[in-house]
Amino acid sequence: MSNGTAKASMPPPGQVNTVLAQVEGRVPRRRSNVPAWHHVAEVMIRVLALTAIAAIVLIFAFVAKEALPLLFSDNIHHEVTLRQMWTAQTWPGYDSAEHIWQPVSNIPKYGIWPLILGTLKVSIVSMLVATPLGVASALYLSQYASRRVRELVKPAIELLAGIPSVVLGFFALMVMASWFQDTFDLDSRLNAIVAGVALSFAIIPLIFTISEEAIGAVPRSYVEASTALGAARWQTIVRVLLPAASPGIAAAVALGLGRAVGETLVVLMASGNAAITSASFTESVRTLSASVAAELAEVVFGGPHYTVLFFLGTFLFVITFGINLMGDFAIRRMKRKLGVGL
Amino acid sequence: MRSLFSRELRSRLGDSALVISTGAATLLVLIILAIIVGDVVHHGAARFSWEFLSTAPSQGMTAGGVFPAIFGTVALVILMTIAVVPAGVATAIYIHEYADRESSLTRLIRVAINNLAGVPSIVFGLFGLGFFIQFVGVGIDRTLFSGHKVFGQPALIWAALTMAVLTLPVVIVATEEALRAVPRELREASLALGATRFQTVIKVVLPQATAGILTGTILAISRGAGEVAPILFTGAAYYLPQLPWQPQNQFMHLGYHVYVLATQSPDVDAGKPILYATVLVLLMVTFVLNLSAFVVRSRMRHRFAGASS
Repeated sequence: MSNGTAKASMPPPGQVNTVLAQVEGRVPRRRSNVPAWHHVAEVMIRVLALTAIAAIVLIFAFVAKEALPLLFSDNIHHEVTLRQMWTAQTWPGYDSAEHIWQPVSNIPKYGIWPLILGTLKVSIVSMLVATPLGVASALYLSQYASRRVRELVKPAIELLAGIPSVVLGFFALMVMASWFQDTFDLDSRLNAIVAGVALSFAIIPLIFTISEEAIGAVPRSYVEASTALGAARWQTIVRVLLPAASPGIAAAVALGLGRAVGETLVVLMASGNAAITSASFTESVRTLSASVAAELAEVVFGGPHYTVLFFLGTFLFVITFGINLMGDFAIRRMKRKLGVGL
Repeated sequence: MRSLFSRELRSRLGDSALVISTGAATLLVLIILAIIVGDVVHHGAARFSWEFLSTAPSQGMTAGGVFPAIFGTVALVILMTIAVVPAGVATAIYIHEYADRESSLTRLIRVAINNLAGVPSIVFGLFGLGFFIQFVGVGIDRTLFSGHKVFGQPALIWAALTMAVLTLPVVIVATEEALRAVPRELREASLALGATRFQTVIKVVLPQATAGILTGTILAISRGAGEVAPILFTGAAYYLPQLPWQPQNQFMHLGYHVYVLATQSPDVDAGKPILYATVLVLLMVTFVLNLSAFVVRSRMRHRFAGASS
């Protein structure tokens, strides 16, 4: 890059708009030249710029609003309370208190823990597959691959990212499930491993992209200093490059986890959807997101089940919001640490 | 043991190990993609034809084509694009051309965009049902149709608006990247000639950023064609005898069609060729869209890289 010196003389990007604003203020201008619709359009831009904030607020408000009766409505409390969802209950026909999710049986049971366990199992499998593959391929492309290989692989990974999750779910259901069952002799065709591995295909491109960006953001001088000190290439990569990029990679993992927890269609189609409480990864599982997707279409509007499903939605929103905020924070910290502008 | 391996040998062994392991990971990712695409093309090609694209399903989804699903998907993404592009482009213009980068409002908008991109797609579905249908739709019915159910139920327009909210970050991020690539000198020259900031944005900056806006739009359309969870409760239907010509109609959708055929078909084996061919159509649509977005974007990058050196 030949424009290193030109860059140094410019004000940092953050100040550009302020500088422009000062210039704009000083130059006298004949207002009559400006058509009236320009002002209207400027106001429109300012209003439309608030869409994203409005969206996030409205999403939370309207999903949580439908879940609110769970806290206050006596009608709903006849069937379920928030406390009952989170604690083990003694059901007729069972010897001891248990967590059970059976919302459409004669005695509806809304124990949330089997769903949380299912979500965790699928997420763990998908992250165990996606993290090494995503980070390693980002490392390969940024450090070892030739330009031509890079120009072929990058669009391929973009294509993988573009595969709709319903297609991944379909592939897991029709092809992977049978293959896993035949190869490993499993009892249930659809299980946490099949769903988790299929889910990882959606997460690999995400982890790849953010990791690659993080590795690329590490200043050249770090690598040069390490090489000058006599470190081998792999030592530079493992001991200098990766640690410097680690907050970015952590962010990639966090955002991948957020996606894994919330992803719906893959788990809906490939997890078997049985809310079983067990430690085994080869049994069917039911996740939070899949429960909402599978059950909402058939519930009584405004009833206990409907309210509980909106509560699951609110819960998912809060969890993923928290995970994403952490990822965001990690990225910003890294950019500050490495002195890279936003 | 240390002395057995010379320093050079050790460094070469370490390098090979790293190259092989990371290279194998990359190869594995490519193989996964190839297997998925290969399987879908292999099984889907048999049933794929012009007739398949242009006729409606028949005999309980075991014969006929997917024309209504294609029509519904196109109608959905058109309405979605009309809603999302102005909002997304305006947001990007505001945060990049107007706002002070350090202001708390700009930061808040950025946090909102990042978090919006991370909201689970099923939560968008709940939001569409709770906000667009139950609040806006029912409100419209109460005021304009004296309580008759017209807009207060799942419909094309509500699914499109839900999808627009989902794809908003895609458009904003792509547009902002394009705005960032426009050289600052162009803006300064325009302002120095006496143009207002708005004139500069409209006549100088935006024409340079059209490629980025196009990229964002294409990627948003690709999402809209394949995403199923947001439309599960907001308007998608299993089978409809009529095409959705009005915004308050329900609609068929390629992604939803795949979901239904794969999970709720009474006879999965009889429907398998149709199912594979439908997946092939959906995959072709998203691949063509994503590849063209990739080409448009890399051309844009090359152009500006050439201009600055």
